[in-house]
Amino acid sequence: MTSLLVIIVLVLLAVALWQLTKIFDLTQVGSDTDSSQIASDNDNNVQGYLMFGFLAFIYIFTIYGLFKWGPLVLHTPASAHGGQVDNLMNITWILIFIVQAITQVLLHYFAFKYRGKKDQKALYFADNNKLEAIWSVIPAVVLAGLILYGLYAWTNIMFIDDEEDTVVVELYAQQFKWTARVAGADNVLGKANVRYIEGVNTLGVDMGDAYAQDDIVVSELHIPKGKKIHFKMRSQDVLHSAYMPYFRAQMNCVPGMVTEFAFEPIYTTAEYRELPYMIEKVANINSLRSKKSLALVAKGDVALDPYAFDYLLLCNKICGSSHYNMQMKIVVDTPEDYKKWLSEQVSLAQQLKEASAPAAVEGAETPLKSNDTVAVSKIAMK
Amino acid sequence: MSAEGHDHGHDHEHEHHHKDTFITKYIFSIDHKMIAKQYLLTGIVMGIIGVGMSMLFRMQLAWPEESFRIFNILLGDKWAPNGVMSNDIYLSLVTIHGTIMVFFVLTAALSGTFSNLLIPLQIGARDMASGFMNMISYWLFFLSSVIMICSLFVESGPANSGWTIYPPLSALPQAISGSGMGMTLWLTSMAIFIASSLMGSLNYIVTVINLRTKGMSMTRLPLTIWAFFVTAIIGVVSFPVLLSACLLLIFDRSFGTSFFLSDIYIAGEVLHYQGGSPVLFEHLFWFLGHPEVYIVILPALGITSEIIATNSRKPIFGYRAMIMSIIAIAFLSTIVWGHHMFISGMNPFLGSVFTFTTLLIAIPSAVKAFNYITTLWKGNLQLNPAMLFSIGLVSTFITGGLTGIILGDSTLDINVHDTYFVVAHFHLVMGISALYGMFAGIYHWFPKMFGRMLNKNLGYVHFWVTAICAYGVFFPMHFIGLAGLPRRYYTNTNFPLFDDLQNVNVLITTFALIGGVFQLVFLYNFFSSIFYGKKAVQNPWKSNTLEWTTPVEHIHGNWPGEIPEVHRWPYDYSNPGHDEDFVPQTVPMKPGEEVLHH
Repeated sequence: MTSLLVIIVLVLLAVALWQLTKIFDLTQVGSDTDSSQIASDNDNNVQGYLMFGFLAFIYIFTIYGLFKWGPLVLHTPASAHGGQVDNLMNITWILIFIVQAITQVLLHYFAFKYRGKKDQKALYFADNNKLEAIWSVIPAVVLAGLILYGLYAWTNIMFIDDEEDTVVVELYAQQFKWTARVAGADNVLGKANVRYIEGVNTLGVDMGDAYAQDDIVVSELHIPKGKKIHFKMRSQDVLHSAYMPYFRAQMNCVPGMVTEFAFEPIYTTAEYRELPYMIEKVANINSLRSKKSLALVAKGDVALDPYAFDYLLLCNKICGSSHYNMQMKIVVDTPEDYKKWLSEQVSLAQQLKEASAPAAVEGAETPLKSNDTVAVSKIAMK
Repeated sequence: MSAEGHDHGHDHEHEHHHKDTFITKYIFSIDHKMIAKQYLLTGIVMGIIGVGMSMLFRMQLAWPEESFRIFNILLGDKWAPNGVMSNDIYLSLVTIHGTIMVFFVLTAALSGTFSNLLIPLQIGARDMASGFMNMISYWLFFLSSVIMICSLFVESGPANSGWTIYPPLSALPQAISGSGMGMTLWLTSMAIFIASSLMGSLNYIVTVINLRTKGMSMTRLPLTIWAFFVTAIIGVVSFPVLLSACLLLIFDRSFGTSFFLSDIYIAGEVLHYQGGSPVLFEHLFWFLGHPEVYIVILPALGITSEIIATNSRKPIFGYRAMIMSIIAIAFLSTIVWGHHMFISGMNPFLGSVFTFTTLLIAIPSAVKAFNYITTLWKGNLQLNPAMLFSIGLVSTFITGGLTGIILGDSTLDINVHDTYFVVAHFHLVMGISALYGMFAGIYHWFPKMFGRMLNKNLGYVHFWVTAICAYGVFFPMHFIGLAGLPRRYYTNTNFPLFDDLQNVNVLITTFALIGGVFQLVFLYNFFSSIFYGKKAVQNPWKSNTLEWTTPVEHIHGNWPGEIPEVHRWPYDYSNPGHDEDFVPQTVPMKPGEEVLHH
């Protein structure tokens, strides 16, 4: 059925094409054969009008796009620094639209206005230093403004103050799964290296390190609202990228080194779900999903679950076959809920003890030389 | 073409008293015009493969739950059982599409075709400085193309870690199937490709410096030649760095070194690698990778400069400013690579530096765009298909270039990095723009290459459908990128969050399929016109440059007699002191005529 449709479409396209060339050929009557493949006045006329039409197409398509797809783009950042990012983004967009509107009009309008005619002669205009200066200096000044604002924001976002009161969390990437390690009561992560990976200790935490004793390993991360979260990223196999679009946060996870990113969430998951734009977005998604479900059920498949918004951690650096399905849920809690959640978690040390309890104590206390943990200290960020 | 003999009537040909056999004429030719055609044909074949792949993966993205018989036919039972594309082959298609389009089509075929064809013809030289090296350059390119295509058929699948082949993914066969034999062949192919590119570039540089005819000073060179010359210099500076990255990666893969690898636990075991860094690879890769986009776009801009001036019947506006901006872009292009790595884990201070240098590049680019627009102003535009593609290039270069202001700004890059926003940006600014430049060049110089004209009406249809489809594909793509959709996802169905983007994906794919299929119009026009096109006159576009003073029929050494002497710059169109609206470079200055450029 599909192939039949494809064939019909192709045939129709071919017919349309043949008709189009015939129309163009009809405009050629009377031209001499020698220069028949060179644009005549008639061609210039037709193509000039088409250029003008194309300008209309660009404009209409842009405006249509802004109305139709504009609502799909991310807005209302869920992090404190996100406002700054979006502000800079909006300023840049305004500039882009102004320049785009002006230059496309000039380009296509000139192509229409000055379409060639036999008896017309072009203006011999080869140089003008004043004009050149104008369009070198104006972009330079405008860009200087953007660069300064951009660098100011970048410095604020990326340079993490160690003195600041933060919650330290490790994001650990592996094919094709995220794991998080919360630093616990001491707020310092224990040292780790892939060479310590064994059994339950899938993150390679050095249990000989005193700081590691209260670390908590989870597969669904909770973080408190209103406090800066200091993420330290690691990867055990290939490059991954920790992408949290609603928080305007992204950082690659690189095997052999620790990378960092910090932000302060300003909406809990529950609050963000209640934002008017999010209610509308989720309703829209769910109506699409229920339509799809109807078709699925008719085919005897299971209907799709309705969608509820959650913050997600996505992988945004190609990492292998199942790259497209590497995700982790992040929940932003109120500080009270966060404390409660934290108290319910079992520390890694506890988990290890439980895992080794039934078996004998065999090899559990292998002495670990502290200079084995060098690799982790290679933090390129500082 | 077939009537073309070997004309020994002129002095230059003394040393060429051998008979041209089929092999020396069409296969192992050392004539730059034939080598240009060989590059073009190889490029067209590679382009068909590259564009065809993109149509397949666009279908997958639009209808991820459907099965298509065409997948099964083209990809086989292993990669598309029952017409369902597998995730590994999806990544392979994306990877090889990128590799082929960036390197094989837009680098080798674009530069290879037009640098070879135009450098000797436009500077007034009998041939390239080294015809033999030129031939080797083409055949190495051909060999690397063959190896790249062979890699599609190996059992473990073609390379599929993205065209940027970041290790460790590309280094470890355990990490992804394509990093086995497929990756080995990819690296081999690229190493040979780079050798080919370097030989070509050196040849171009030497030819432009040494073989200009009498009177052809550097400031009388057509802007095409300036663009090809500077492009060749960027290539010579940056391609060896990619070669070193490829070699080091081969060492890591095959000989157990740890240049790019450290602390890896995969498939249940710790690997021995210690002390390397994938970030080092990213630096080496993008030290070529970024100049590479200018290697792609500068020749296209050079071609456009020539075509816009000729068809506007006006001098290119700001000739010197155009040269300065080409040089400025070339210089800046080598110090901006870090903007691909803002969130790679490198020191954020470096991010600040690269933001600064990156946004600077917008200034020479803006100068070029404004100069093109001013060239059109008060012109007498001959809207030939080549001219339409050139105007189209300026349009997409502006649209795509402007979003570069967002991506070049480290703060804004955080959230759009590696999303479809990036895909939309670079396809418009270097993919579509460079393709337009290539098409413009083909329509304009087809008479020079084959002695016949392309059908203009098919050309018009080709342009308009392509222009609408190009915007139709890449304009909506900005929005899904801004919605946070990551690129290189085989399907988005695992994220209900992105369900509302699916309709946009269907629209994009529809435009992509129509645009892709309509390239058949061009192919038909191209191949039928080689044999049945209208015979070309010597100077169909009434152009000033030297290539149109050569006879329509190709001969060794280009000019039957003496190489003409050059007396003026190439853009004397509609000069008020002359009756015709063009004054070829070979026309001596009238007494008292003002010298515009020396």
